[in-house]
Amino acid sequence: MIEAWQAQIKAAAAKGQKLQIAGGNTPLDSAAGAVIDTRQHTGIVEYEPNELVIVVRCGTPLADVESAMAKAGQMLAFEPPHFGEHCTIGGVVATGTSGPRRPYAGSVRDFVLGTKIIDGKGDHLSFGGKVMKNVAGFDVSRLLTGSMGTLGVITEISFKCLPLPKAQATRVFDFNATDAIEKMNRWYAEANPITATTWVDGKLYVRLAGAEPAVNTAVQKLGGESLANDTAWWADWREQKHSFFERDVPLHRMSCKSTAAPLDEAVQAIDWGGAQRWVRAPLADAAKTRYWAKRHGGYATANAAGSRSSFSTDGLDAALLDTHAKIKQSFDPYGVFHGL
Amino acid sequence: MKAATLFEELAAVLPPANLKFAEEEMRPYECDGLSMYRALPKCVVLPENEAQIADILRICHTHRVSVVARGAGTGLSGGAMPDPQSVLLSTAKMMRVLSVDPLACTAVVQPGVRNLAISETVAHHGLYYAPDPSSQIACSIGGNVAENSGGVHCLKYGLTIHNVRKLRVVLMTGDIVTIGSDGLDSPGYDLLALMIGSEGLLGIVTEVTVKLTPKPQLAVVAMASFATVEAAGAAVGDIIAAGVIPAGLEMMDRIATRAVEDFVHAGYDCEAAAILLCESDGTPEEVADEIARVSEVLRKAGATDIKVSNNEAERLRYWSGRKNAFPASGRISPDYYCMDGTIPRAQLPRVLNEIAVLSEKYGLRCANVFHAGDGNLHPLIMFDANIPGELQRAEDFGADILELCVEVGGTITGEHGVGIEKINQMCVQFSPKELTRMHEIKHAFDEHALLNPGKAVPTLHRCAEFGKMKVSQGKPMPFADLDRF
Repeated sequence: MIEAWQAQIKAAAAKGQKLQIAGGNTPLDSAAGAVIDTRQHTGIVEYEPNELVIVVRCGTPLADVESAMAKAGQMLAFEPPHFGEHCTIGGVVATGTSGPRRPYAGSVRDFVLGTKIIDGKGDHLSFGGKVMKNVAGFDVSRLLTGSMGTLGVITEISFKCLPLPKAQATRVFDFNATDAIEKMNRWYAEANPITATTWVDGKLYVRLAGAEPAVNTAVQKLGGESLANDTAWWADWREQKHSFFERDVPLHRMSCKSTAAPLDEAVQAIDWGGAQRWVRAPLADAAKTRYWAKRHGGYATANAAGSRSSFSTDGLDAALLDTHAKIKQSFDPYGVFHGL
Repeated sequence: MKAATLFEELAAVLPPANLKFAEEEMRPYECDGLSMYRALPKCVVLPENEAQIADILRICHTHRVSVVARGAGTGLSGGAMPDPQSVLLSTAKMMRVLSVDPLACTAVVQPGVRNLAISETVAHHGLYYAPDPSSQIACSIGGNVAENSGGVHCLKYGLTIHNVRKLRVVLMTGDIVTIGSDGLDSPGYDLLALMIGSEGLLGIVTEVTVKLTPKPQLAVVAMASFATVEAAGAAVGDIIAAGVIPAGLEMMDRIATRAVEDFVHAGYDCEAAAILLCESDGTPEEVADEIARVSEVLRKAGATDIKVSNNEAERLRYWSGRKNAFPASGRISPDYYCMDGTIPRAQLPRVLNEIAVLSEKYGLRCANVFHAGDGNLHPLIMFDANIPGELQRAEDFGADILELCVEVGGTITGEHGVGIEKINQMCVQFSPKELTRMHEIKHAFDEHALLNPGKAVPTLHRCAEFGKMKVSQGKPMPFADLDRF
């Protein structure tokens, strides 16, 4: 497969044509060039649970990776959303999409140990590796995480794995947005074993997980109501199947400082310990949300689904835009891949 | 250009005491923690703020003079070793904690702030900065960012890359940029991941926003003795297999325990072939549960003795030996050379056996301390630089160990960086095309290759001279690109 893709990329580069890299849920455009279908390159290459490392090919369905890991009592700790049945592991890395556990365990890139890619010249390159600590050369595999296919086809990824928590409980509290933000931040700073926090529809949901005695102690300490079937609730929230995401008004995402006060008079949900905000508002409000996010140390995306459904360099310093262009030029000098 | 012109221009932007070009004033800067490599720079500059750094870089950029950045000078790979043609820029005068936000669990600090000083500053909030390299009492956060420093707790709490949110950086052109954000992600490419561990090749950091971690209520260490190194290595895998991620998981062989026991009296079992230190932290209930589980696993794995720390003083005493392994080796040998490879843990018995064979071959003793949880091996090669040929033998021994690490699927450096020390072994780990990509990335930040020249990423020319090009699919890669460097 690798050789075929290398040949396809070299041919496209020679003819000045564009290619589309497709994962499981990628919207394709018949006018945007031939397709590299990453779903043709599948399989777990190596999985040694005792080494805490899994190596997988890009087209492997996320569900397959997760079930193999679950059998060994392990997980991808950044809790990636699937957004449908066909999600591939390569798509998760290319989009850099993390789920509810993000603020507490880390992001996709935090768990990427190495990647192999085919760049825009058709060269198959390997960066990072399959060990926990590796500072040899620039951390290119983490640069590729979230690069949205603009730099090349990610063909293989190695991840750090973590054990599944032994116990889990979710507590629900009636709080207004301001109090919810304060509690999310304070309860984490007080060393409670929190693995997700979301405020939506006037309620704060706090998921606790870890060793059983630690979860029990925290449940006693924090109080609140218990949430039956909480695994399903968090899965719905992660997959954006909660009713908040189904309203008929555009969805804006803001990444911001976790302690930022709530937006005035907005239909909003507060996620990731306060560091991710969702707002339902007309697209015309994009300038407002962008201004708000910038003021609170982050940035806004006025998109519908997913946390990062398109590659944006919005708000970056001019000197960094120049750096981005040069990085793109280095990986994809003939402009075979879309973006930037 | 004439040195006098450069000095005049630098003098115009710096207080007189912060520009040094007399030989005796520059001596203290001639090396970092890897003292076998020494050189004097063109001059030393000690800026006090970001504006001065921008001025210095702009002047150097205009005159195409290269710049080597230096933190506290504790690095172990010669990353901050001066270059006779370069200005040495020390961040030692920028050591203020600018702000602490206990609710958001973040702090903004200048690059010269010591690693441990961050934890001390925020301790009254019940917070600390998690990465704890052994040099944490002296090393600076700017240096930690440059090296992506780890420590003994990084299996659970991560490396520098996992604990830094945002950087302010001066590029070689003098442009000041912000990389990262106050949130949990940023638009564009993950340049934060590139900057962290870039060994001073991409920019000079002037402000670091670190993530602070809530201090666990309790930490307890279990210390286990093993009759063979293999059994100790297998026990590490068993702990992980039991679903435990210990806060720290360290291994030391007998040569190492004997060296430190004489030095700090940590209470180590010096008869054991190897000892394991396994730390658990969290709530008292959680720790009791985990220590019980770990002790059970260790017993089943054949531990000949298990001790559990009964109080904080005892815990710190158990750790003091591990944290003093390097200076202790310095006591039993005139010189020592610390290596830093990482390997897949299952390869540990093979690697340790081969190190023992190499030790015999080179006629040099070697103690092994090991961040066992994450596979990061620190062989300490002991030698006497005053005996002709010993330094060279130590370096050859070290190079063989690094190449062995690559051979078993690992890496030449887990946390100390490439610097000048491991530059040749980069040619073994990466193909010419991969190295070329790294040069292009550097070029994207530093067009004229003025920052920390000759470090971290070797030129293909150097690899050709070293004679060890990475072989791809059984055939050496073509050398066609050579002329470009």
